[in-house]
Amino acid sequence: MVCCLQSVIVLFVALRKARKQQQLISKRLLREDTQNGEGKAGMEIPTDPLSEQEVLQLLRDTQKGTEERKKSLSCLRQALQHKETQQKFVRLEGSMRVLIGLFTSSLADVQMEAAHCLHELSHSSDPAVAEACLPATSYLLTYLSGHSIEFTELCLYTLGNLVVESEAVRKQLLPQGIISALASCIQSPHEAVLEGLGYVLSQLLQAKEASIEIIPCVNNALLISQGIMSTLVLLLLELASMVSKAVADGLELLICPVLRCLSNLLAEEMEGCNMQVQDERLLVALFTFMQYFLNHHLFIVQECLWLLNNLTADEPFFCSAMLTLDLIPALLQLLPCSRMVALLVLTVLCNIAEKGCAYCQQLHQKAVLSSLISILTLSDAEVAGQCLELLHLLFLHWPEAAADFFTQAGLQALEQHQHHPELQERVRALMNLATQPTAASPCSLVSSAAVPSSLP
Amino acid sequence: LLPVPARAPPQAPFRFSPRRLRCPREHELLEDGDIHRHLYLQDILVSVTQVTEKPKVSEFSCHIAGCCQVFDTLEGYEHHYNTLHRNVCSFCKRSFPSGHLLDIHILEWHDSLFQIMAEKQSMYQCLVQGCVEKFKSSKDRKDHLVTVHLYPSDFRFDRPKKAKSSTKHSKSPLLQNASMPVDIKTFEQPQVDSMEISPVENMENASQPLSSLISLPPEKHLNRSRIPSTICFGQGAARGFKSMRKKI
Repeated sequence: MVCCLQSVIVLFVALRKARKQQQLISKRLLREDTQNGEGKAGMEIPTDPLSEQEVLQLLRDTQKGTEERKKSLSCLRQALQHKETQQKFVRLEGSMRVLIGLFTSSLADVQMEAAHCLHELSHSSDPAVAEACLPATSYLLTYLSGHSIEFTELCLYTLGNLVVESEAVRKQLLPQGIISALASCIQSPHEAVLEGLGYVLSQLLQAKEASIEIIPCVNNALLISQGIMSTLVLLLLELASMVSKAVADGLELLICPVLRCLSNLLAEEMEGCNMQVQDERLLVALFTFMQYFLNHHLFIVQECLWLLNNLTADEPFFCSAMLTLDLIPALLQLLPCSRMVALLVLTVLCNIAEKGCAYCQQLHQKAVLSSLISILTLSDAEVAGQCLELLHLLFLHWPEAAADFFTQAGLQALEQHQHHPELQERVRALMNLATQPTAASPCSLVSSAAVPSSLP
Repeated sequence: LLPVPARAPPQAPFRFSPRRLRCPREHELLEDGDIHRHLYLQDILVSVTQVTEKPKVSEFSCHIAGCCQVFDTLEGYEHHYNTLHRNVCSFCKRSFPSGHLLDIHILEWHDSLFQIMAEKQSMYQCLVQGCVEKFKSSKDRKDHLVTVHLYPSDFRFDRPKKAKSSTKHSKSPLLQNASMPVDIKTFEQPQVDSMEISPVENMENASQPLSSLISLPPEKHLNRSRIPSTICFGQGAARGFKSMRKKI
């Protein structure tokens, strides 16, 4: 158990390093539960790697016109789980040609076994092995418009593995029409196919040249005009209802890309995008996710808050909704989670406070100040800086908050940071308010009459 | 909606201004989510549900007349059906891997109007979905597939229609599953000489190794190796002499 954990940690560190170097490549392996009894990729491979002669013999056996052919192909498929066997196989002259011939066979079970062999090769960590699959790509793409769920899924995952292999592979796949071939899969009603499709697309986007070659082909304005944002919102609502029903295993893997899509589309600030998302239930969904994944997948909290920022930055709709749905306490509860979460929470609160005195008054009523004082005491300069910005906005629009702040020993919390070069100017500006008499906010006389008190 | 005054710029020394954030791929905010995804891809995450076992049923055979394949899983049957029986040309009974290729086949092989129009304008469409190019001949189309779309020059699903009756060619797909003299240096595949998958292959259960093959010269590069049309393999003649294709 301990060494298992250790190896996970080592892997974790390696993945982070790879990501920082922009070399994060992972492939997916579909392997059936056949002889192993375990059926999980990466578990023990039962047989030893084959010798070159044995590989040759297997290959010959697959050429016979008898029942034995399917058995030989099965053996080959198993043998190809070994990297060394893979390497020997692709080095044999004509071997890929034979395999591709079998892959295009009209005998369905032969074709399926050959497809599994190709899939094993595509998964190889040896680039020479994966690139040996290149002659098969035109057929992989042709078969995507077929109807067999299992076969299509296998082709998709094989393509996804190849796509991420190298720029050379992509330089072939893109002119071969991979994007339009994938489009034909979008219509499929089968979950397995859609998941495989998602895999290929996400692998395509991993490519270094994606931002130059692939992403510009995506017309965000067109997507938005066709209502993609409404669709994404509905999808999130659906996912949130699944969380409530406790059918949540692995759900974060589905939620994350949708959050990212919505957030980045909003960031484009294109016409029409704001209206498509204005649904209060979206807020409820986000907070459902954050509460549910708080303890195990903090990254979901981060990415939900990113979306929340993009929703609240410009339009007052969601700022109002945060108040009327009484979500401020839940937001404040997230402050201690992590540094990045704290920064994002404070930014969202700033977005709300910036909208004016009616909003600040309500924030004040929600006891924002006590949370801010704690966080100010504990934090590093960047988080403290964001705190100061929020305090400024609150005091500006709702001076009663300033008075309250100083009675709660806010001054001491400020003093802590008064010599920090990044913070001192702002700290002093706020400290000055302690000595001034509380002025009535220009809007307080009007707003106290007009502002509805928030619902319980 | 609560009232909102006009947005004013921040008052110095404060600098906050609400701003939507765009996170490109390498943004640090996305790091944790990315790592999680890769752990999943590498099957480290144990919580993700396992592949369910496929139920086996007692053996049953394909219900299409003339097809004697037998199955013991629904998936096996489904794949067989989709490969051989789903996209079948009602004129010549050839089957295709997709509806798209079937449509092109019917147009080019069985539509007399197509032949007339092809004399005057470019009618041969590119096989790649999403490409709108059309060509005057199937050879021009093949050149396009190879040079622009990087397709192999022996792409199985792009064979030109033969001028003569191709009765004999309908048997040639058997070759690809036949035994042949094995040369250590090369494994040559006799190529299918038409743009389709022939249903004749379901004779597999009764077949013996075909031995009357010509041994093909080893070829290092991706040239198509054609079986001369005079070769007939006798075996597995599922159909008799076919009616001549309509000629224009």
